[in-house]
Amino acid sequence: MERLILDIAHLLVSWLTGRGMAPVWADLLLLLLQWGTVLAIVTLNVLILIWLERKVSGFIQERLGPNRLGPFGVFQTIADTLKLLTKEDIIPTQTDRWIFKTAPMFFIIVAVMLYAVIPMGQDMAIVDLSAGLLFFISVGALSTICILMAGWGSNNKWSLLGAMRSVAQMISYEIPLAFSLLGVVMITGTLNLGEIVKAQDKVWFFVLQPLAFLTYFIAATAELNRGPFDMPEAEQELTAGAYTEYTGMRWALFFLAEYTNLVAVSALMATVFFGGWQGPLLPSWIWIIIKTYLIMLVFMWLKWTFPRIRMDHLMSFSWKVLIPISLINIVITGIGIKFIQGMGW
Amino acid sequence: MLQTDEYTINIGPQHPSTHGGLHAEALMDGEIVKDVAVHLGYVHRSVEKIAESRTYTQFIPYAARLDYLASNLPCLGYVQAVEKLLGVEVPERAEYIRVILGELSRIAAHMLFVGSLAIDLGATTGLVYCLRDRERIMNLFEMTSGQRLIAAYMRIGGVSADLPEGFITAVEGVISDLPKMVKEYDGLITGNEILQARCRGIGILKPELAVAYGVTGPNLRASGVPYDLRKADPYGIYSRFDFDLPLGSRGDCLDRLTVRLEEIEQSGRISAQAVKDIPEGEIMGKVPKVIKPAQGREVYHRIESAKGELGFYLLSDGSEKPARLHVRAPSFINLMVLPHISRGGKLQDIIANIATLDPVLGEADR
Repeated sequence: MERLILDIAHLLVSWLTGRGMAPVWADLLLLLLQWGTVLAIVTLNVLILIWLERKVSGFIQERLGPNRLGPFGVFQTIADTLKLLTKEDIIPTQTDRWIFKTAPMFFIIVAVMLYAVIPMGQDMAIVDLSAGLLFFISVGALSTICILMAGWGSNNKWSLLGAMRSVAQMISYEIPLAFSLLGVVMITGTLNLGEIVKAQDKVWFFVLQPLAFLTYFIAATAELNRGPFDMPEAEQELTAGAYTEYTGMRWALFFLAEYTNLVAVSALMATVFFGGWQGPLLPSWIWIIIKTYLIMLVFMWLKWTFPRIRMDHLMSFSWKVLIPISLINIVITGIGIKFIQGMGW
Repeated sequence: MLQTDEYTINIGPQHPSTHGGLHAEALMDGEIVKDVAVHLGYVHRSVEKIAESRTYTQFIPYAARLDYLASNLPCLGYVQAVEKLLGVEVPERAEYIRVILGELSRIAAHMLFVGSLAIDLGATTGLVYCLRDRERIMNLFEMTSGQRLIAAYMRIGGVSADLPEGFITAVEGVISDLPKMVKEYDGLITGNEILQARCRGIGILKPELAVAYGVTGPNLRASGVPYDLRKADPYGIYSRFDFDLPLGSRGDCLDRLTVRLEEIEQSGRISAQAVKDIPEGEIMGKVPKVIKPAQGREVYHRIESAKGELGFYLLSDGSEKPARLHVRAPSFINLMVLPHISRGGKLQDIIANIATLDPVLGEADR
C-alpha cells in the first residue's frame, strides 16, 4: 500500500520506455499525468469539501444540511455545479473585459500551482524543489493580484472596496505567515518540504514551535479569506466584495480556487507543523489526507462560529500583535538553537 | 501624494443587511464614513390611506403588517385606539391575554434582533439559535390565532378567541427557559471578543440627541434615558405588573444589544405575572355591531412596541370608516439618527448601526 502510487508511476514509465519511448518523453508524459491527477483530485476534493462544509455548518447550526440528493445529500454539490455551468455568463458592459475574464483563471492556476511542492506522501511531491517553502509562500502571494484584478476589472465600487481590503489584508498577513515558517526553517536548516517532514520523525514542530504554529494558523486564515477574516467577500457589508459582478462558472472558479487554497494551506500546515505524511500503520498518503482534513474541519469550525473582524482591527492585529510575536519567535528559536548546540546535545 | 476623492456607495435597497428595503447612501473617504443619507419609501404600502377605505374592524390585519416581527403589538395599539375612541370596556381576561401576547411578541422581536445583529456582523450561526428559540413563540401564536408571523388576534373590545387548552402551560415552559436562552446568546454572541470589539464604542447615541430626535424604545433606554410607556404612561393593565427598565450607560451598539437581552428577561417576568394572575371570564367587551364613532371625535393612543413609542391617531367622521389614521412609527423616527451615529466611523459600522437601531421597514415606510 505504502508505495502503491509510486509503483504505478514506475510501472507506467518502464512500460512506456519498454515500448520504445525515449525516457525524456516518458517522464514528461508522467508529469502531465501527475498534473492531470492533481487537477482531478482538486476538483473532486472541492466537491466533497463544499458538501462537508455545508454538513459541518448544518451540524453547528442544528440543522440537517443537504439531504435530498443521494445518501446524506452527497450529490448536492454536483447538482449545484451543473446549475452554475448552465447559467448565463454575464459580463457587464462597463468592465475591463480582459482583466475581468482572466482574473478567475489566474486565480485557479495560482491555487493549483501550490500543489507542486507539497509532499503528498513519502517521496510523493510532484516537484521536489529545494526551496519548496519559498515557492509556496511566493506563489500563494500571487492570489492577491488575482483578487485585485477581479475587483478592478469589475468596475464596481463594492468590488473595488473588497479588492482593496483584500490586498491590504493579504500583504499584511503574508509577513507573519512567512516569519512564522522561518522558525521551522531555522531548526531544520532547509526549505525543502520533504526534508522538513523527515526532520519531524521524533517530535512534531507544533510542539517545538507553538508560537509559530499559532501565528501561522491565524495568518493562514487571513490568507485564505475565510471567516472571521473574510474581508474581500464580506457578504453582509460588501454584498459579495470582489466577486459581486461574477456569475455562473466564472464565479464558481473563484469558489473552486478558494477551496483549493484551503486544502493547500491546510496540507502545508500538516506538513510543517504536524509531521506531514508521517504516522503509524496507515500508508503515508492516507496520513496526510487525514491530517489535512482535520485541519480543514478546524477552519470550518472557526468560520461558522465567529463574527467578522473589522478592517482596521484586522490590520492593527497583524502589525501590532502577529508580526512582533513572530519576530520574538525567531529570536527565541535562534537562542534555543545556539543553546542546544552549545550544550552539545 | 496621490489625488484622492470621496465617493458614494449605496447600501441598499438591494443589500443583504438592510432588513428590508432600506437605502442608505454613504459618502465615503476610503473606509471612513463622511456622511449617510437615509432614503425611505421602498416598502411604502400606503397603510394610512388604506385605513380610510376599510371599516375599523377590517383594518386590524393591516395593523399587524406594520411591525410584522411583533405583530401583536401594533394590533394592540390600534384596537386600543379604537376602544378609546368608542369608550369600550375590555374584560379582565382579555387584558391579561393581550399582555401575555404583547410581551411574547416583544421577546420574539428582540430575539430576532439579536440574531440579525449576529448575522450582520458575520456570525451566521448566531441567527440560527435565535430563530430556533423564536420558533417556540411563533408556535404559541399559532395556537391562539392560527397565524404565526402576522397574527391578527386582537379585536376591538377584546381578543378573537379564548386561549386554547395547554396554552398557559406552553407559555410557562417558554418563560422558564428564557434565562437559559439568554445565557446561550451571551456565550455565543454577546461574549464574543470580536463582536464586542465591533460594538463597544461604535455608533454612540448621546441621550440629548436621542431625545431631540424623538428616539424611543430600547434605543433610547440604551442611551440611559429611563423612558418606557409601560411605566411612563401605563396603558391597559400595565400598572399592575412589577418589572425593571434595563438601561445602558454609553449608548453604543453593545448597549443597544445588552438592553434588549435584558428586556427579554423583563418581558418574561411580566408574562409570568400575567400568566399567574389571569382570571376566568369573558374575552369580548360590549361592542356595537357596527362601529360608528361620533363625528369629529379624535384620539391618539400610544403603546410601547418592540421598537419604541408606537402611536395611532384616529379621526372619525361619523361613518364606519376612519376619516384619517396616522401611525407614529418608531422605526421611522429611530432611523433618523443613523447619519449622526455613523459619521466618522467605518463602513462596517454602518451595518452594525442599522442592525442595532433595529428598524422594521414595513413600519418605517407604512
